[in-house]
Amino acid sequence: MPAPLLQLAQVTIRFGGLTAVNGFDLAVCEDELVGLIGPNGAGKTTVFNLITGVYPPSEGTVTFGGGDLAGLRVDEIAACGITRTFQNIRLFGSLSVFDNVRVACNLHRATGPAHTLLRLGAFRADEAAIARRIEELLDLFNLRRFRDAPAKSLPYGEQRRLEIVRCLATKPKLLLLDEPAAGMNATEKVELVRLIQQVQKQFKLSILLVEHSMKVVMGVCQRITVLDYGMKIAEGDPAAIQRNPKVIEAYLGEDHQKSLAHH
Amino acid sequence: MPRPHLALLIALLTAFAISQFSDHFNPYYLDVLAGIGINVILAVSLNLVNGYTGQFSLGHAGFMSVGAYLSAAVTLFFAPRLFGSDGGTAVQQGVLFLAALLVGGLCAAVAGLVVGVPSLRLKGDYLALVTLGFGEIIRVTFQNVEKLGGALGLNAIPPYTTLFWVLAFAAVTIFIITCLVNSTYGRGFIATHDDEIAAEAVGLNTTRYKIVAFVVGAFFAGIAGGLYAHFKTTITPGGFDFTKSIEIVVMVILGGMGNTLGVILAAVLLTLLPEVLRPVAEYRMILYSFLLIVLMIARPQGLFAFKLPKARST
Ligand SMILES: Nc1ncnc2c1ncn2[C@@H]1O[C@H](COP(=O)(O)OP(=O)(O)O)[C@@H](O)[C@H]1O
Ligand SMILES: [Mg+2]
Repeated sequence: MPAPLLQLAQVTIRFGGLTAVNGFDLAVCEDELVGLIGPNGAGKTTVFNLITGVYPPSEGTVTFGGGDLAGLRVDEIAACGITRTFQNIRLFGSLSVFDNVRVACNLHRATGPAHTLLRLGAFRADEAAIARRIEELLDLFNLRRFRDAPAKSLPYGEQRRLEIVRCLATKPKLLLLDEPAAGMNATEKVELVRLIQQVQKQFKLSILLVEHSMKVVMGVCQRITVLDYGMKIAEGDPAAIQRNPKVIEAYLGEDHQKSLAHH
Repeated sequence: MPRPHLALLIALLTAFAISQFSDHFNPYYLDVLAGIGINVILAVSLNLVNGYTGQFSLGHAGFMSVGAYLSAAVTLFFAPRLFGSDGGTAVQQGVLFLAALLVGGLCAAVAGLVVGVPSLRLKGDYLALVTLGFGEIIRVTFQNVEKLGGALGLNAIPPYTTLFWVLAFAAVTIFIITCLVNSTYGRGFIATHDDEIAAEAVGLNTTRYKIVAFVVGAFFAGIAGGLYAHFKTTITPGGFDFTKSIEIVVMVILGGMGNTLGVILAAVLLTLLPEVLRPVAEYRMILYSFLLIVLMIARPQGLFAFKLPKARST
């Protein structure tokens, strides 16, 4: 097996008396699609916050492409090639769909701020190339028809997909998806699964997926890690996870038990 | 030629053409017109900070005073030494004035950097308080520097500000802010305002955006201060207190935060309003404040915003 792209080693974070993530190990290899599941409050989003530099870990290390991410700001980590979506959608509300994606193109701009004033050929070529790239991405997600609409006016499922488009515009190596199917209906979920798989192949991405919908998780993940009370309780392929008694117990009382057994 | 540049060129030529006739203008109207131009510069530049980038600064009058004092110091020092008693030719004066304005603007920009770097970490009300405090510190500092006239301020500043300079700099300010914002780079200011966490997650250095907005804003406030000083020919520290900052903030809010055209219109309107209210003399400020309150209640999204109010973020 090649060296993992992302590696968390014994990562712990405490918020006051609460240990939200405890001695957590995780590896995501190149081109791999890993699922991260667990009951509500298990610490999944916190893991994303630790990877993307929102919180520094209290203990342990996060390495990406062999380099330690400690001390890097959120935007610097994004520049390294890690982007994420948010569980509670975070779009730029006053900007259009096009401009939401455009903001994310700043990491790969060819011209600097001074060019915005001079507006020479190089600037115009740069802006035209960015616009073309945005439109290609919007086409891929069938969002082109909303190009100039305010992002906030989009239907819920479309907003979630726009967030993924915005991530792709940063040309990431690793994409973190935080419950991308939340609030979607069954058809939208099927479409999302297809899209995640297509995007992963087309952009040669590694993906870490947090998702409550077992249908989605079991459908796309090659490997699944299960988190409960901040600790890893199981890891393995989807079939093994579904049979794992610890996992079933962790989900006991939650309605996910039903969907797990169902599968 | 790119369209914004063409627009700027036309604006500059128009400013030049209009200023050719300024001798025929009623001096009172000239005064009001210059006041409008200076307020447009102040409001449009503050709009980059408070409107587009969403950082609530109350220190704009402070930066304006830095520009006013330093540019005045430059012309007061150099004009007699360079031009002697005859005052120099129009071109000589123009060059000195331009240099003085740039010195004033740059010093204000440096002040913006010094204030911005530590305070832009603060959010909302705290930033407002810190910038307010900073503006007052600058004012008190000028009050106590005897070389700059102390509480009496500076007098006999050469009257270099013509209608041309005011209109030209208003055009340049609008041009630069508009070009900056209307670009992939510039959308980052708005993204910083809309959602800082998301902006950072897609790779924007939001702190840098805030500082750039603050420094550019301060620069133009400094330019406006220089124009003001060489227009009034007398400046006192009291002319740049926080009520002036609030006046500019009100223009930005009424114009519809982050809407340059609206802010320009609001600056024009709010400069004219006190003039129109002159006949009611002592009730003027009461009526002015009353109108402001009514406007803010009636059109909280800004006088000149015609879009529906933004949906609340989820
Ligand atoms: N910034 C924070 N301060 C305090 N507690 C937090 C913070 N972030 C998360 N937590 C707590 O950590 C636990 C894990 O939360 P989270 O990662 O959001 O769970 P999940 O995404 O798995 O539902 C929860 O108990 C939550 O309240
Ligand atoms: Mg979560």
